[in-house]
Amino acid sequence: MKIEGNELIISGVVASIDRDNIDTDQIIPTEYLKSIKKYGFEDYLFDGWRYLDDGKLGVLKGDRQQNPDFILNKVPFDKATILLTRDNFGCGSSREHAVWALRDFGIKAVIASSFGDIFYNNCFKNGVLPIRLSKDQIDNLFKAFDKGFTELTVSLDSKKISQNETELYSFEVEDNLLERIIYGLDDVDMTLKFKEKIMSFEQIRKKEKPWIFSNE
Amino acid sequence: MPKTLYDKLWEEHHITTLESSESLLYIDRQYLHEVTSPQAFEGLTKKGLTPWRLNANIATPDHNVPTERGKSFQTENILDEISKIQVVELDKNCNKFGIKQFDITSVNQGIVHVIGPELGYTLPGMTIVCGDSHTSTHGAFGCLAMGIGTSEVEHVLATQTLKVSKLKNMNVRFNGNPQSGVTSKDIVLYLIGKIGTSGGNGHAIEFSGSYIESISMEARMTICNMSIEAGAKVGLIAPDATTIEYVKNHSQLSEEEFDSACIHWSKLISDTEAVFDKEIEIDVSLIKPQVTWGTSPEMVIDFDEDIPDLNNIEAENKRNIELAKQYMGIEENQKLTDLKFDKVFIGSCTNSRIEDLREVAKAVDGKSVSDTIVEAIVVPGSGLVKEQAESEGLDIIFQKAGFIWRDPGCSMCLGMNPDQLKPYERCASTSNRNFEGRQGNLGRTHLMSPLMAALTAVNGRVVDPS
Repeated sequence: MKIEGNELIISGVVASIDRDNIDTDQIIPTEYLKSIKKYGFEDYLFDGWRYLDDGKLGVLKGDRQQNPDFILNKVPFDKATILLTRDNFGCGSSREHAVWALRDFGIKAVIASSFGDIFYNNCFKNGVLPIRLSKDQIDNLFKAFDKGFTELTVSLDSKKISQNETELYSFEVEDNLLERIIYGLDDVDMTLKFKEKIMSFEQIRKKEKPWIFSNE
Repeated sequence: MPKTLYDKLWEEHHITTLESSESLLYIDRQYLHEVTSPQAFEGLTKKGLTPWRLNANIATPDHNVPTERGKSFQTENILDEISKIQVVELDKNCNKFGIKQFDITSVNQGIVHVIGPELGYTLPGMTIVCGDSHTSTHGAFGCLAMGIGTSEVEHVLATQTLKVSKLKNMNVRFNGNPQSGVTSKDIVLYLIGKIGTSGGNGHAIEFSGSYIESISMEARMTICNMSIEAGAKVGLIAPDATTIEYVKNHSQLSEEEFDSACIHWSKLISDTEAVFDKEIEIDVSLIKPQVTWGTSPEMVIDFDEDIPDLNNIEAENKRNIELAKQYMGIEENQKLTDLKFDKVFIGSCTNSRIEDLREVAKAVDGKSVSDTIVEAIVVPGSGLVKEQAESEGLDIIFQKAGFIWRDPGCSMCLGMNPDQLKPYERCASTSNRNFEGRQGNLGRTHLMSPLMAALTAVNGRVVDPS
């Protein structure tokens, strides 16, 4: 994310994966969920497709047998900042590690026709922008990339995607979610501003539905 | 205005509307396990915070734990050093903050979605969260239950609330009586096959109808558990006499608490006039036993149906199907009943409860696991399920038939513990996901009911249960 003129933009190489229903187990397999850290997942992104050998937490890219056919192993896509894919990206497991892996690799935006609900939420907590386009628009982007285009620019201000300074599509995303990405806002800090409200809600609930609190 | 069950639960827990479409919801219960909690505890510590309401949280290790533990096993005995660190971390965090944990030595340890209900921590009408997508399981009790990410786990620990946007309402009505050999697992797999894995995206699915009313809590949990596989992070069923009976037998509530709770629980139903954004009606009497053939739960068919033929499908789906067939090692014109299986896994938060084990025991009693099956394991969902099964002699039936009887945990549902498939091994599994590599790198998973998995173990192949 950078400021160009007065505009906040994400721009760069787009890697495309032409599949529906890419689940979070593909984005990062369970083996790497054994980490107790929140960073350092870049080498495990799409592990099953990206490498030919079986991986282990702590064994990094340099010591792995890379699959030369996989897009993230090819120049210039190894430096991709935008991911283009199809329907229902990030379905399945709630693992936030999937977003951490995309973020750590350098992916700043994912463009798909739909997303798994939990994955979509997790994105905004980690500075990755999920962009929903129609199936036809996604189709057109895939066709454009088949013809050799490799880069896109996403404007966060105007919520528009462009290619070579030609505006292609606009997209929708809630402003408050977008602001969380732009300013890196922390939800806990924001919610604790409502501390009094939460406390009084809880007191009433305790009185009206004591069984909820019965193990206390 | 008439309301759905989901609307009612939403309103009951609604604290305030935020600047956007988001609201702050009060969270009654949070379940924690070793995989998605360490970073949340770390975040809490960094902010100098402690859990908002300690007793709202219940923890247990399940994903990483080995299932061959025997007596007197301690966390220290976990051989995989990295897995051990994660389980130790849960012990440390629970001790540090004072969170109630059923640790690896406890008879109450088990898969978090199995122990919550059976220990009475899941009560109708609660909001329940866990850093695990199968939290939808608890919706079987008329709870607003959903899986969340680790940042949200931290948020709930710190504030007892969750920032969420309201979902749309979907109603799936299952009516009629199932054919013999058809279970709740078949019925939910059939639904996923019909609406696809994104069919429920953005929706809370309420399951209703005469079939739902007729089934046990265990069967209802199986259905709600897999609503996430249909894309819906929330699946729910209105509490009724079956629910109340289960809760009465499992909760620790005093009689007085229970009676006043019952009055409230009886109101947790969708109003007759309530409007759903999407409605689906399914006659369960038409459903046959379901088995997945591909790498997504929506790639499911009747056990004797033809696997989609590449020459006979729309171009849009061709690539997905081609990749799935390739991964699964399925040749053109091959049927599910032609495939030779290597392993059988009975377990997971979908199908490891006592009713599931009884069903398997009934099917394999006096029979033997086929010589062509290299390993067939039965993994009870919890210490209590294990005890109950042993008291009924089910463990003896399993072992006589050639199954291995294990200790509770997530086991072969996901490759985080020693129970894994080797590359290209084909597994009949009662779990919930047939994703590539889910049960081990290059492993091939076919999802099915406990009954179908039991019969596959005996025959080495998928067979007609009738």
